[in-house]
Amino acid sequence: MDKKLVIPGDFLSDDVKLADEGTYIEDGKVFSSVFGIASLKNHIRVVPLTGKYIPRQGDLIIGIITEVSFSNWIVDIRSPYEGLLHISEFPRRIDNSEMSKHLGVGDSIMTLVKDVDPSMKVELTLNDQRLRQIKDGRVIEVTPSKVPRLIGRSGSMIALLKNETNCNIFIGQNGRVWITGKDKNLDLAVRTIQKIEKESHIPGLTDRIVKFLKDEKESAKRPEQEPEKEPVQEEIVGEETVKEDAEAPEKAEEEKSGGILDELLDK
Amino acid sequence: MAKPEKLIENGIRLDGRKPDELRPIKIKVGVLNRADGSCYFEFGGNKVIAAVYGPREVHPRHMQKSTSAVVRYRYNMASFSVEERKRPGPDRRSIEVSKVSRESLEPVIFQEYFPRSAIDIFVEVLQADAGTRTAGINAASIALADAGIPMKSLVSACAVGKVDDTLVLDLNKDEDNYGQADMPIAMTPDGKITLLQMDGHLTREEFKEGLEMAKKGCLAIAELQRSALMEKYSTLIEGEVNE
Repeated sequence: MDKKLVIPGDFLSDDVKLADEGTYIEDGKVFSSVFGIASLKNHIRVVPLTGKYIPRQGDLIIGIITEVSFSNWIVDIRSPYEGLLHISEFPRRIDNSEMSKHLGVGDSIMTLVKDVDPSMKVELTLNDQRLRQIKDGRVIEVTPSKVPRLIGRSGSMIALLKNETNCNIFIGQNGRVWITGKDKNLDLAVRTIQKIEKESHIPGLTDRIVKFLKDEKESAKRPEQEPEKEPVQEEIVGEETVKEDAEAPEKAEEEKSGGILDELLDK
Repeated sequence: MAKPEKLIENGIRLDGRKPDELRPIKIKVGVLNRADGSCYFEFGGNKVIAAVYGPREVHPRHMQKSTSAVVRYRYNMASFSVEERKRPGPDRRSIEVSKVSRESLEPVIFQEYFPRSAIDIFVEVLQADAGTRTAGINAASIALADAGIPMKSLVSACAVGKVDDTLVLDLNKDEDNYGQADMPIAMTPDGKITLLQMDGHLTREEFKEGLEMAKKGCLAIAELQRSALMEKYSTLIEGEVNE
């Protein structure tokens, strides 16, 4: 098997050129720097089992406004560093005095990391078609290092989730997940996501999730015959068109950063 | 307890150990839900619990470093951890232990990965029986790994000492109180020493020999630390297969 559980300091390889994230090099050898799952295919990388979200340029994330200052919104992005959303990054021109009218403390936003400088000043933007304020649905949190598993290889897991639960789901790179749909479906989606988070390091995840969803649906059907299934479908379709493009670039990006991880865990 | 006449009889110590034997160790990883990483560590009669938070924002602000994370380590003995009630709160001794323990872990943490942030380590001693600082370091290094913090390696620690003119590994309370020397050592598995303290007297030869004994002890502890971390996730895998 090409993957194994490693702890910091474990020897991984002699080939320094292949060293990737989660490793360090000493005396021409590659060692693991985190407690996580190592994959030796193509690149040598170790995916940590836990850890904080560290913002990177281009990440699509979900933030919560914590403060409105003179010309910036200060945003909690679930990381050691706070995000700054400048007034000029708001989609429309607005006045300083009206900032809290548009986005107040406690509001959630889907946002893009525009830039991160070496001292970890995080600049955010809302100036993008894909981005919006979050006004409905539910936001739950998962471990940021599990995000690639939740999305699955080229978005397979998230597609499965969306289809099976009739919910619209957006996964932020910082581990916040936004779900919209009917209450009952929301509950199912939340439970499924929690299951994925808990078991993501165990092989055969997709099969187990398919089975879990099937079982859950059966037990839900017995008490009542889910009469309002149709309208839900419609509602979703309407929104899907708007959001589909929001998901696509992220998936593409996931393939880049999480592709190897998927291979490594999906066995 | 009054001073026993002999601390070693026929090569066997008061608690039945051989001179180069460690006390029994029990480790549990991830015992605290709110912490980012945690570990419960039993080292003979020592019971300590370590919690790691971070990297997170630094408060107060002036403590933050613009190019690396700050590591903060708080060693604290519970008032009920020793026979005579200990006055709660930091005292001269625990401030010193906090400092040296922090410095024993700093060399392995990749602090420069997280500028302007803090990594907080809290070690609570629930029951003390000589060697709490080494137990604390062992626990903290596991908790750091559990928190997903990048490190060069784990750190393991144990003490050597001299009682009745014999070198012994991992002193217990009586040996510590009535022995001639006590030398706690922390090191990485590849033998880099990150903590070395000594009180009492050792000759050069004894020091060298003691260092070798401690190395063996630390390696044994490193193995236990590794299996404890592995266990946290392997039990989950088995539980799933049985379902």
